[in-house]
Amino acid sequence: MILLSLQNLTVMRGECPVVDHVNLTVDAGAFVGLIGPNGAGKTTLMRGALGLVPTQGDSSLQQMDPAHRARHVGWLPQSREIAWPVDVRTLVSLGRIPHSGRPKATDTAVDQALARMHLTDFADRIATKLSGGEQARVLIARALAQETPLLLADEAIAGLDPANQIMVMQLFSQLATEGRGIIASIHDLGLAARHCSRLLLMHMGRVVADGPPDQVLTPDHMRDVFGISGYYADTDHGPIFQPLEVLT
Amino acid sequence: MRDHIVFPILATLTLILFMASLLIGPASIGILDSITALFSDEETPLALVMQEIRLPRALLAVMVGVSLGLSGAALQGYLRNPLAEPGLIGISSSAALGAVIALQTGFAAQFALGLPLSALLGACLAVVLILALAGPRGGALTLILAGIAISALAAALTSLVLNLSPNPFAVSEIVFWMMGSLSDRSMTHVSLALPFMIAGWVILLTLGRSLDALTLGEDAAASMGVKLNRLRFLLIVGVASCVGAATAIAGAIGFVGLVVPHILRPFVGAHPSRLLWASALGGAAMVLAADIAVRLILPDRDLKLGVLMAIVGAPLFLHLIYNTRRDQL
Repeated sequence: MILLSLQNLTVMRGECPVVDHVNLTVDAGAFVGLIGPNGAGKTTLMRGALGLVPTQGDSSLQQMDPAHRARHVGWLPQSREIAWPVDVRTLVSLGRIPHSGRPKATDTAVDQALARMHLTDFADRIATKLSGGEQARVLIARALAQETPLLLADEAIAGLDPANQIMVMQLFSQLATEGRGIIASIHDLGLAARHCSRLLLMHMGRVVADGPPDQVLTPDHMRDVFGISGYYADTDHGPIFQPLEVLT
Repeated sequence: MRDHIVFPILATLTLILFMASLLIGPASIGILDSITALFSDEETPLALVMQEIRLPRALLAVMVGVSLGLSGAALQGYLRNPLAEPGLIGISSSAALGAVIALQTGFAAQFALGLPLSALLGACLAVVLILALAGPRGGALTLILAGIAISALAAALTSLVLNLSPNPFAVSEIVFWMMGSLSDRSMTHVSLALPFMIAGWVILLTLGRSLDALTLGEDAAASMGVKLNRLRFLLIVGVASCVGAATAIAGAIGFVGLVVPHILRPFVGAHPSRLLWASALGGAAMVLAADIAVRLILPDRDLKLGVLMAIVGAPLFLHLIYNTRRDQL
C-alpha cells in the first residue's frame, strides 16, 4: 500500500529551488532514512510534502483534508518545542488530538507510546524539567500516540545517547515491520546503514540516490555529496558504515 | 487531579463575591432587604438601588472579568508566551481612542451609549487593521508586531486628542474615564456589551484543542489538523469582541488578562484549554473583588478600578516573575 507519493515536488525560496522536482513513493513497511549534508533540503522536503510550506508539484498528503491527513501522517519536527510545563502523560496525549473522543482508546495509545519509549515511570514528571534527550523521547512518544500509518521524523535521534539512539532506530524498524511507513532524516550514517531498509540521499534539493544502504553509501556518493571517504561492510552483525576522513 | 477541584472553587468564589458585590455599597441595606428588593416589582428607592445600580455593576464586573481573563489565557496560549495580555494586539487602546474622541467631540454627552458605541467602533477598526497588517499567512510574530504598531498609533492619537483639548475639564473627564471604573453603569450598558462578550466567549472557548496542540509549536499543531490561519482569525475576532466591549463599558483595566492566567496555570496542569475556563472564572472573581475593594477602601473618593488593579496587579506580577526566576535556577 502506498502511503506517500510525491510528483515533481518543488519548494522555492525566492528564485532558488531548495527542493527540486522530487519524485518519491513510500510504501507501508518501509523505513526510509533521509540523508544528506546540512542544507540539502531534507527538512524542507518533509515540510513540503505535508503542505507546511508553499510547493509546486503534487503531494498525496496535500490532497487530503487536514483532519484526515492528521490521522494518516504524524510529524515530528526538528524544533523540540514544549511551550508549557505540562506533565509527560498530558504531552503525549496531545498526539490523540486528531482522533475523536474515545478516552479508552486514548489511554491505551498513550500507555503504549510511553512504554515503547521507556517513559512509563516519567508519566507524572513535568516535561519541561526533563533533560533535552528525555524531552526528545517524550516528543517521539507523542508522535507514536498519534498512531498514524506514516511517520515523518526530522532528526529524531539527534541529542540522544547511544543506547537511546539505537532504541529509537530499532523501534522505527519495528514499526515498519508492523506495516507502518517511516521517513526519518538522519545524520548518523552508521545508524542509517544499520537500521533503514532504504536510504534517500539528497544534495542541493535533489534526490541523487535512492535504494538499499549498500547502493547509496558508495564511495562516489560519499565523495560527491559529503566530501568524505567511508568504509562500508556487510558483517555477521549486519551492515556497518564508518565515515573515515574529509577529502580535500 | 488538582484541576478538578479548581473549577468548583473558582465558581463558588465568584458566586460569593457576586453576592458580596450586590450587598456592599454606600447605602447600608440589610441582606434580606437587599435580596427582596432585587426581585421586587415595586419602584421603591431600595429596589431602584439594587436593580439599577448594584445589579448592573456586579454583572458588569463578572462580564468584564470573564472577558479579560479569557482573552488573556487565549492570547497566552496562541502566542505561547506567559507575558501576553489582551492589550497586546491593540484592541483596548483603539477602543480607548474611540471613547476619548466621543468625550472630546461631545458625542458621548449626546446620548447614554455614545461613548461605548464609539469605543466599540474603535475596536472594530483595530480588528480590520490588524487583520490587514497580520496578513493571511502571518504567524504569531506578525500578530505581535501589528498589535504593537496599532497600540502605538492609538496611544499617539489619544495623546493628540488630549493635547488639542480646548479646556481642562474635558481633559480631566478623559483621564478619569481612562482609569477604568464600573460605577454609574446601568442595565443598558449590560445589554450593549453582553452580545459582543458572549460572541467572544463562545469563539475563544472553542479554540481549546487548537491551543493545546500549539503547545508543540505551529508546525506540529498544523500537522495535527489545526488550521492556523482560521485559528488566528477566530482568536483576533474573539479577543476583540471581549476586550472591545469590556473597554467600551469599563475603560482601561489592566493586569487581569496578564495575572489571572499566570496565577491559575499551575492549578490546571498548564493545559491551555483548561486554563481558558479557569481564567474566565478567575478573571470574574478578581474584578469582582477589586470592584468591592474600591468601594470599601475609599468610599468617598471614587477610587478607580483600573488604578487599584494596577496598584495590586503590578507587585503581584513582580512576585510571580520572582518565583518563576527562582524555579528556573
